[in-house]
Amino acid sequence: MTVKPKIDPLIRVEDKLYQNRYQVDAGRPHITVKPHDKPSPALLALTRVCPAKCYEETETGQVEITADGCMECGTCRVLCEATGEIEWNYPRGGFGVLFKFG
Amino acid sequence: MIDEKFDAIVVGAGMSGNAAAYTLAKRGLKVLQLERGETPGSKNVQGAIMYAAMLEQLMPDFREDAPLERHIVESRFWMMDDTSHTGMHYRSDDFNTDRPNRYTIIRAAFDKWFSKKVREAGATVLTETTVTDLVYDIRGKVIGVRTDRRGGQVHADVVVLAEGVNGLLGTRAGFRQMPKPEMVALGVKEMHFLPQEVIESRFNLKGDEGCVVEAAGTFSRGMTGLGFLYTNRECVSVGLGCLVSDFARTMESPYELLESFKQHPSIRPLIAGSEVKEYAAHLIPEGGFKAIPQLYGDGWVVVGDAAQLNNAVHREGSNLAMTSGRLAAEAIFQVKSRKNPMTADNLKLYKTMLDDSFVVKDLKKYKDMPNLLHTNAQNFFLTYPQLVSQAAKNFVQVDGTPKLQKERETSRSFIKARSRLGLVGDALRLAMAWR
Repeated sequence: MTVKPKIDPLIRVEDKLYQNRYQVDAGRPHITVKPHDKPSPALLALTRVCPAKCYEETETGQVEITADGCMECGTCRVLCEATGEIEWNYPRGGFGVLFKFG
Repeated sequence: MIDEKFDAIVVGAGMSGNAAAYTLAKRGLKVLQLERGETPGSKNVQGAIMYAAMLEQLMPDFREDAPLERHIVESRFWMMDDTSHTGMHYRSDDFNTDRPNRYTIIRAAFDKWFSKKVREAGATVLTETTVTDLVYDIRGKVIGVRTDRRGGQVHADVVVLAEGVNGLLGTRAGFRQMPKPEMVALGVKEMHFLPQEVIESRFNLKGDEGCVVEAAGTFSRGMTGLGFLYTNRECVSVGLGCLVSDFARTMESPYELLESFKQHPSIRPLIAGSEVKEYAAHLIPEGGFKAIPQLYGDGWVVVGDAAQLNNAVHREGSNLAMTSGRLAAEAIFQVKSRKNPMTADNLKLYKTMLDDSFVVKDLKKYKDMPNLLHTNAQNFFLTYPQLVSQAAKNFVQVDGTPKLQKERETSRSFIKARSRLGLVGDALRLAMAWR
């Protein structure tokens, strides 16, 4: 009965984020991933669940973040602040995502 | 930063913060409102539907200059499988009045307008200012905030935490817990621009009439979630949200889900040829009544999304936010008028007022709904939409099969999927949670 909807494998979230306005606070990322050997399932899930695809798994199996495209939704904070693997702060006033429409 | 002391500091310039700051300033209190965005609204995301009644309580004549998009004359509720939707539509000319009940809005514009009203009412509004900490006296009462501005400490009798669903201050202070993954949905949406006349012809609208579509079904792949499509004047907001716990469990990606929703044959033609100008993401409180945290303490109150005040069943949030902000402000004004200190004992008045309002009464009515929908997500968001679609198809398709046999096939498909007991149980559980 179910046919999985066809999804264009070439959807790039970068193309979506390109439409957005950001004031990047260069050199002061507001989210950091703490050094780890093996990510928890929650941290690993962020490589799929983060809506801006800020989290990526490295070749050696760790998870790293590039927060420039972050929309400050807080999903990663909800999932990984409790595991202690990330530190989440607001960007400094005026920095970060600036929604044109919201 | 600022040497003078304020009667109240409001942290955040969303719906609840603006309603609180506006009410406090109108009541003559000395108010400082702090917002980390470049302008009020630049960090805020909503669908967005705005309910007029709650704004009217603040500003009876808001319609004169508020940036409203369309007043809603038609609501469509869809249950979708992969290729079809079964719908319930309500459209009424009665919504074409001088004082319509619901409008679509675009938050960036709306919040700027709201903030202008707050300033006109006499509040001091500082943007591009992130509040980093609360400041306490030796007895543990909140007496102000620290910001990321130079010399950024500022004092007040009371701090209104209108810091949103992802508020850091209240959770770090231990006033409330971080939302659990099953208590928040992650919503993503895009703004699809189309010529005004194209939107009007595709949705059968004239003038500033608006139409909203809200949908559940197989596009959420068994997760608890909703999709939506709201008409604005010159653009359509298209988005969906699912529980964070479901996203983490299934490892689905929100933007892939949004793409497949947009490509659904019932959605695609409505946004065909559009130009996307923004992609946004935000959390939505979904915990309901049982997730409401402690609402007040010594020198502080919490309002809006930060307090999980969101009615997920009716998809109402900004009206609960505005009302909680207004009531918190009224309570603060009353305590102040009696020349009483802003202690927990005195600020309890806010909770009493909120409990007595539609905000808590409505959330209480649906207190069991989040748990029901979250624990039965597969049934409600995958199995039933497919069954309903099949039943509808069976009903309309004329192919020589005798009607009695068709009906039997339909009821058998339901029983096979959920069993007789399961069907009765689901109906009962839903009725109980709705009661």
